[in-house]
Amino acid sequence: MNGEPLVRWDWLWAHLGPIADRIGQHLYLTAIAVGVGFVISFALAAVSIRRRRLYPPVVVVATALYTIPSFALFAALVAITGLSILTAEIPLVLYTFILFVPNIVAGFDAVPFDVLDAADGMGFTAGQRWWRVELPLALPLVVASLRLATVSTIGLVTVSAILGDRFGGLGYYILDGYHRTFTTEILVGGLLSIGLAVLADLGFVLLQRVLTPWAAARAVSR
Amino acid sequence: MTTPATPTSRAASLEFRGVTKRYGSGEESTGAVNDLSFTVPAGTICVLVGPSGCGKTTSLKMVNRLIEPSGGQILLDGSDVMSEEVTALRRRIGYVIQQVGLFPHLTIGRNVAVVPALMGWTGERQQARTDELLALVGLDPGRYRNRYPSQLSGGERQRVGVARALAADPPLMLMDEPFAAVDPIVRERLQDEFLRLQRELAKTILFVTHDIDEAIKMGDLIAVMEEGGRLAQFGPPEEILAHPASDFVARFVGQDRGLKRLSLSTVADLRTEPLGRREGLPTFSPDTTLRDALSILLVADTRGGVALDEAGQPRGLVTVDAIASALADDKPRRTARA
Repeated sequence: MNGEPLVRWDWLWAHLGPIADRIGQHLYLTAIAVGVGFVISFALAAVSIRRRRLYPPVVVVATALYTIPSFALFAALVAITGLSILTAEIPLVLYTFILFVPNIVAGFDAVPFDVLDAADGMGFTAGQRWWRVELPLALPLVVASLRLATVSTIGLVTVSAILGDRFGGLGYYILDGYHRTFTTEILVGGLLSIGLAVLADLGFVLLQRVLTPWAAARAVSR
Repeated sequence: MTTPATPTSRAASLEFRGVTKRYGSGEESTGAVNDLSFTVPAGTICVLVGPSGCGKTTSLKMVNRLIEPSGGQILLDGSDVMSEEVTALRRRIGYVIQQVGLFPHLTIGRNVAVVPALMGWTGERQQARTDELLALVGLDPGRYRNRYPSQLSGGERQRVGVARALAADPPLMLMDEPFAAVDPIVRERLQDEFLRLQRELAKTILFVTHDIDEAIKMGDLIAVMEEGGRLAQFGPPEEILAHPASDFVARFVGQDRGLKRLSLSTVADLRTEPLGRREGLPTFSPDTTLRDALSILLVADTRGGVALDEAGQPRGLVTVDAIASALADDKPRRTARA
């Protein structure tokens, strides 16, 4: 704009400490949202699997939540929960439902009937069947949903910067850079946020490989 | 004292006593079972055979209580299966199903060791038993132990299914169309291998199939079931083929039941005529079935063939008439597989 270079490296070197803190905050906000969202979603999925007629309404509500603009939801919640961490986390958690629930349900639906029949016939108790057969076989789609929700949440955390500089993670730099017309900050916030999402994605791909070695075996066989 | 990997083999008797299963209100609903009574002596194979929906799978699944009967009793070695804790009961009954149902996320070795693991065997004992069983069903343990089910062919998977069912040396095996999902050539080989295995193991086996030929081949006893879950006839294969108890059974075993009966006897069972000139005549080893012998004679268009003894020496002349008269006997001796 005013003859400044696109990236001011001196600013970057001078702010490595605060940037690291922001990355930490970004991951912290993401981890809470994904963790809480996963626990609630798993419960919703478990109920949906047992009582099938509850599944469609659960999906409708989760989808409806996802359509609310994040900007509006953060703003609206300030009136209720103030500028607390709840205001930042509630929307992030709500947005994960539609990413988790259908995938978890599909994961358990994908467990073949003959495998369950064999497990019952060989004398697994209900608990043993769930832990040793159903959960491991549902795992590929469960991990896929974690991957999806994490990447999505890392992006959304930036929006929580509108709640003030105690929130937003790397989004703080995007907003601050926008206010000050300072490209370096916008780039740092944006690119590092993308970088986090990519790393998280790779991390889950690796986790998937470790947790489901049999899926890889299928790929190389025959 | 060390515990051997293989417990001593044993078998249990199985008795159905007035077993009934009703679904909803419909008396004749698919899979229902109506007052089923029969006894399977320890160490024998009993085949439940019948058209689809006749309740044969329902009957099988009532034994390990995957389905609970509406009435009657099922006795395993004289004690009611309902009186035992259900998972303990199932762990001592081998279970083999058509789709095999191997656990895709476990290696072959761990699949075979599933029941021993549930029963808390040590890892060492599980491993020894697994290797022993894989070898028993014709799979090299070193090659197969660490593979996953998706890396095996259908026939190999079916063998693993049998090995898995045998793992804790169950006194009773339930086999629900175990060879139906593989092609005919593999099926025949699996059947033959299983019969050979059974000669050593002498388990009590309840075997479900819709295929009468398989029933005749596998069964020491056959329970023919008809729609409505009723027992149409119960007896050894020869008796069912020679004396069908009803039109239904006669139709079910087929017009060729005479030929099927011939497949139960071998040339070794036959009285032979003195041998004259033997040039150009076909020869039969003792284990040739009478059905095959008849077919060969008809194709060769000769007056007879030469029956050989175990040593390969000519024993006498086999004629079409002699084979036909074997059918006339009420009970041809059954040594095709004893």
